[in-house]
Amino acid sequence: MKFRAASDRSILVYLGEEIGQAAHERVVKLLRLLQKQPPSWVRNLQPAYCSLLVDFDLSLANHEVVEETIRSYGQRAEKQCALKTRVVEVPVCYGEDFGPDLKEVAETHGLKPAQVIELHSSGTYHAYFLGFVPGFAYLGDVPAAIATPRLSSPRKKVPVGSVGIAGRQTAVYPLATPGGWRLLGRTPLRVFRADRQPMGLISIGDQVRFRPINSDEFRKLERG
Amino acid sequence: MSTLLVESPGLLTTVQDLGRPGYGAEGVSASGAADPVALRLGNLLVENDPGAAGLELTLVGGSFVFPDGAVIALTGADLEAAVDGQALEMWTPHTLPAGAKLEFAATRNFARGYLAVAGGIQVDPFLGSASTHVLSGLGGCEGRALRKGDRLRIGKQAKKIRLRRINQAALNALKPRKVLRVTEGPQADWFSEEAKQAFYRDVFQVSEESDRVGLRLEGTALAGSATMEMITEGVSLGAVQVTPSGQPIILFVEQQTTGGYPKIANVIGADLHRIGQLRPRAELRFERTSLAVARSLWMEQERLLSAKGQLFA
Repeated sequence: MKFRAASDRSILVYLGEEIGQAAHERVVKLLRLLQKQPPSWVRNLQPAYCSLLVDFDLSLANHEVVEETIRSYGQRAEKQCALKTRVVEVPVCYGEDFGPDLKEVAETHGLKPAQVIELHSSGTYHAYFLGFVPGFAYLGDVPAAIATPRLSSPRKKVPVGSVGIAGRQTAVYPLATPGGWRLLGRTPLRVFRADRQPMGLISIGDQVRFRPINSDEFRKLERG
Repeated sequence: MSTLLVESPGLLTTVQDLGRPGYGAEGVSASGAADPVALRLGNLLVENDPGAAGLELTLVGGSFVFPDGAVIALTGADLEAAVDGQALEMWTPHTLPAGAKLEFAATRNFARGYLAVAGGIQVDPFLGSASTHVLSGLGGCEGRALRKGDRLRIGKQAKKIRLRRINQAALNALKPRKVLRVTEGPQADWFSEEAKQAFYRDVFQVSEESDRVGLRLEGTALAGSATMEMITEGVSLGAVQVTPSGQPIILFVEQQTTGGYPKIANVIGADLHRIGQLRPRAELRFERTSLAVARSLWMEQERLLSAKGQLFA
């Protein structure tokens, strides 16, 4: 466990040095323990691949106090048993208007669109963390055979439910926002709902699978 | 229930309170007033809780009608407000009669003015806050900036309003600065000595492409910073991240919660509200300080804001 001041009121806790499930499991265990027994000074917890950013109330604590407390939480978190994981299935209608970048991704890798769909939907992805906008889960790892960098200039508005890839990451856009990921398809499910707990369809630590559907099923599911 | 009617919304007017911290794990950044100190002072003047929702007006105001009257206070940047043609003094409460029309012009020096209303602006809260998050379209009034014809509810509040104003000494202590104080960022040692020297020496200019998500700065490119591969991590409010082209960006209230660019510095807590008053083309500099000094500046500021006796003239 390494600590680094991120600002005068936050500290970064590093729990590993490379992206992978080992470091991530330590992040999630520490996050869960801090959520369950939050010290009075915690203002916000922001997990990522190998780190947890802890924002604290400057009036109640300083970096030394926070570091010491997190260290002892870390030791207890390590001893917690393996995390229960939830499997989330996301139906996706690939290609056409729903996935405007599918053809180009296929061409980039000398594949047919059907092969890209097959590769993207055959894996089980790990939800590393939520970031960017509410409910946006960073999922990995996309097979190297279809990994494609972001668009050089992002779209002004990506339709809600779009499923995209960026490098070896994939994600579902929970809201209509700007975005530079390559869009392969779209899900009819509501990804983010403020009136649901949890609000996101996908939470940190989930295992996610994509199931190809046709446009008829898309419309049926969309109607709910 | 009394209301506020938007006759013309201005450039970007949103409902804001002190935000919703604590939902980072769900990808939600706190949002909230860009100059929370100004909003808090406005709320104090109209006897609201410090976190009551008001309106944040950006650069150019608009006009608003109070069909049932209201008690209001104007803080932050001066948008030259007038009621029915009569100029309205800032930093002090005013009682407006039924049907009063409040009109704003534009701010000359700073970026955001605040309209606090006794009883607060009432909207359905999202995660416990009325704050609008424009980028994700959540909170506030339908998750968006106000439009002509919007009608907002004003809460009931019957406290006696004291005719007093924020004193000049307090305003001086809290006013916007051209020099933002920062502590070193978590990747400060990724930058060359040369880049760091330039960062703390040179003047940067706020680009036109700046908003509540972030302020892009123009000036010396802080080159030589992108040699290492960075793993995406959580980012703090006020972090100064540097893009591969060497451009610094200050992450602001509607920031992404995570980011993959190295951060050279982070604006201190006591100066965060001053970021909210930087307008496009404004010039600024960065001054390095220690965590201990940053903390004492924060404590001092909070003491001033809570010791009401020292605030009022």
